Amino acid sequence: MNTAPLELHFRLNLQHSRENRFVLNVDLSLPGQGVTAIFGHSGSGKTTLLRCVAGLQKSDAGRLRINGTTWQDKKQFLPPYKRPIGYVFQESSLFPHLSAGQNLAYAIKRSPERISDQEYQQTLNLMGIDKLLDRLPSQLSGGERQRVAIARALMIQPRILLMDEPLASLDFARKQEILPYLERLKSRLAIPILYVSHSADEVARLADHLVVMDQGQAVAQGSMRQVLANLNLPVKLGEDTGVVIEARITEKDSQWHLVRAEFSRGELWVQDTGDDIGQKIRIRILARDVSLSRQLHDDTSILNRLYGEVTQIQPEANEATALVRLRIGDHDLISRLTCKSIHHLRLKPGDRLWAQIKTAAVVR
Amino acid sequence: MGFSEADISAIVLTLKLATTVTCLLLLIGTPIAWWLARTRSWWKGPISAIVALPLVLPPTVLGFYLLIAMGPDGPVGELTQALGLGTLPFTFWGLVVASVFYSMPFVVQPIQNAIEAIGERPLEIAATLRAGPLDTFFTVVIPLAKPGFATAAILGFAHTVGEFGVVLMIGGNIPDETRVISVQIYDHVEALEYTQAHWLSGAMIIFSFLVLAGLYMFQHRKHSFRMPEGNL
Repeated sequence: MNTAPLELHFRLNLQHSRENRFVLNVDLSLPGQGVTAIFGHSGSGKTTLLRCVAGLQKSDAGRLRINGTTWQDKKQFLPPYKRPIGYVFQESSLFPHLSAGQNLAYAIKRSPERISDQEYQQTLNLMGIDKLLDRLPSQLSGGERQRVAIARALMIQPRILLMDEPLASLDFARKQEILPYLERLKSRLAIPILYVSHSADEVARLADHLVVMDQGQAVAQGSMRQVLANLNLPVKLGEDTGVVIEARITEKDSQWHLVRAEFSRGELWVQDTGDDIGQKIRIRILARDVSLSRQLHDDTSILNRLYGEVTQIQPEANEATALVRLRIGDHDLISRLTCKSIHHLRLKPGDRLWAQIKTAAVVR
Repeated sequence: MGFSEADISAIVLTLKLATTVTCLLLLIGTPIAWWLARTRSWWKGPISAIVALPLVLPPTVLGFYLLIAMGPDGPVGELTQALGLGTLPFTFWGLVVASVFYSMPFVVQPIQNAIEAIGERPLEIAATLRAGPLDTFFTVVIPLAKPGFATAAILGFAHTVGEFGVVLMIGGNIPDETRVISVQIYDHVEALEYTQAHWLSGAMIIFSFLVLAGLYMFQHRKHSFRMPEGNL
């Protein structure tokens, strides 16, 4: 049978009260590796979907196949404790009566295949928790607790890692502290990760594949770059509208602390964040930071200018602004302009012009 | 001076009764408390009410019906006779059965509250760490609900020590078999042996005070192992 690595089909009707009814209706085929972000506003059903995959939430009708093994269909329902999953909850989920090390041991003892000492040590190093093992959860900071919880999920040796907004309950500083660990995790793990988030920033940093949820339905899915460049998304991203460009560092400018990042048909100068030449980085460019110009101006503070072709103009609901999508090589760029400017420039699809990029942030 | 031999044997009997009843109640009460804490069944209300009945009924009412049920013509009596155990009223085990009913709410309610306070989340966490239901119960629920179990055991024990009406109805007044402290005090007073009554009653007051004071101080201290709610 020819099937995708991850097949998720769920129908679920939750009647909270007479007026408050929630219906989840999802049919998804997802890649068997990398990070698939499940993105949506709160109440869109993304956490419910994740709980269905874990078996924590029973669905009315469901079919779930993970790498060729059926976990759930009409005839069977594998209980959560028999599913080879790692699950990271939104808030602290360490058992308060056990130390960090005992929390890890709890998972190791119940794992079907015992983790080797070497892998154990690697996981501790990966999450940076080897010095925390003797502490009780109440003696750890929020970020430390979440790192121990992620390590604990990995001790099970899962076939799939499910993460339910693991950063949502952390403040900005803690988020920044944990994100590098997640990025390292993503590059080391061979198993697929389903990552639920409502933060476009986290998605831009971590996701390879993106599923957008709205009112219990998956309204868009595809590679992260494609979905973010889609101007017709039913879920509006507002100020977070923007694209991610994957580029490779080719030159360092130590005088101005910049690096040159090249991608197909373009290059960007961005802040040097300590990556080496040859390294792949992700650069996030928000629509509000891109302006368009017919001519190339040299007397401007704008450092990054890219030449591209207009492929779509999509007015926004406020009637004052519109999103313009440009094609640059095999990457897209989105610019938010006022409708007045578009009229003034007589912009139409097929036009070729210069995009001026005010800020380009390295997200990895 | 002090306790007579009969007093001592009443004290020993009372402690034996209370210990037996407490152990049985923890075994019987825990599944009931677990079910009450987690069920969404319509039966939760009626079952809770039945468990709580001894709190409001006069002990004589409970004792009266238990006496009939366990008597030679009652359903329980017929069963115990068929099993060759004779009848239960006016025996130590008859007292045990009656006390289990009488002290049930004092054991079930603290455990039920403790399990409800744990909530669903730790059980889900355990499931994602591949712990089955029984495993979860012993490695997560019991450690997290430990203060509730301790309270339940202490209250169940103390309440059994303090009962009188049910004992009188079911157990009567047989030395070394059913004559517990409360009955012994009653006998002393009936016989106008006030000094003896003072000794036993005073001991009961001190015992009860120490148990309750210890319990409240213990509850005050025991607030550590709670899953944090909301933010990290």
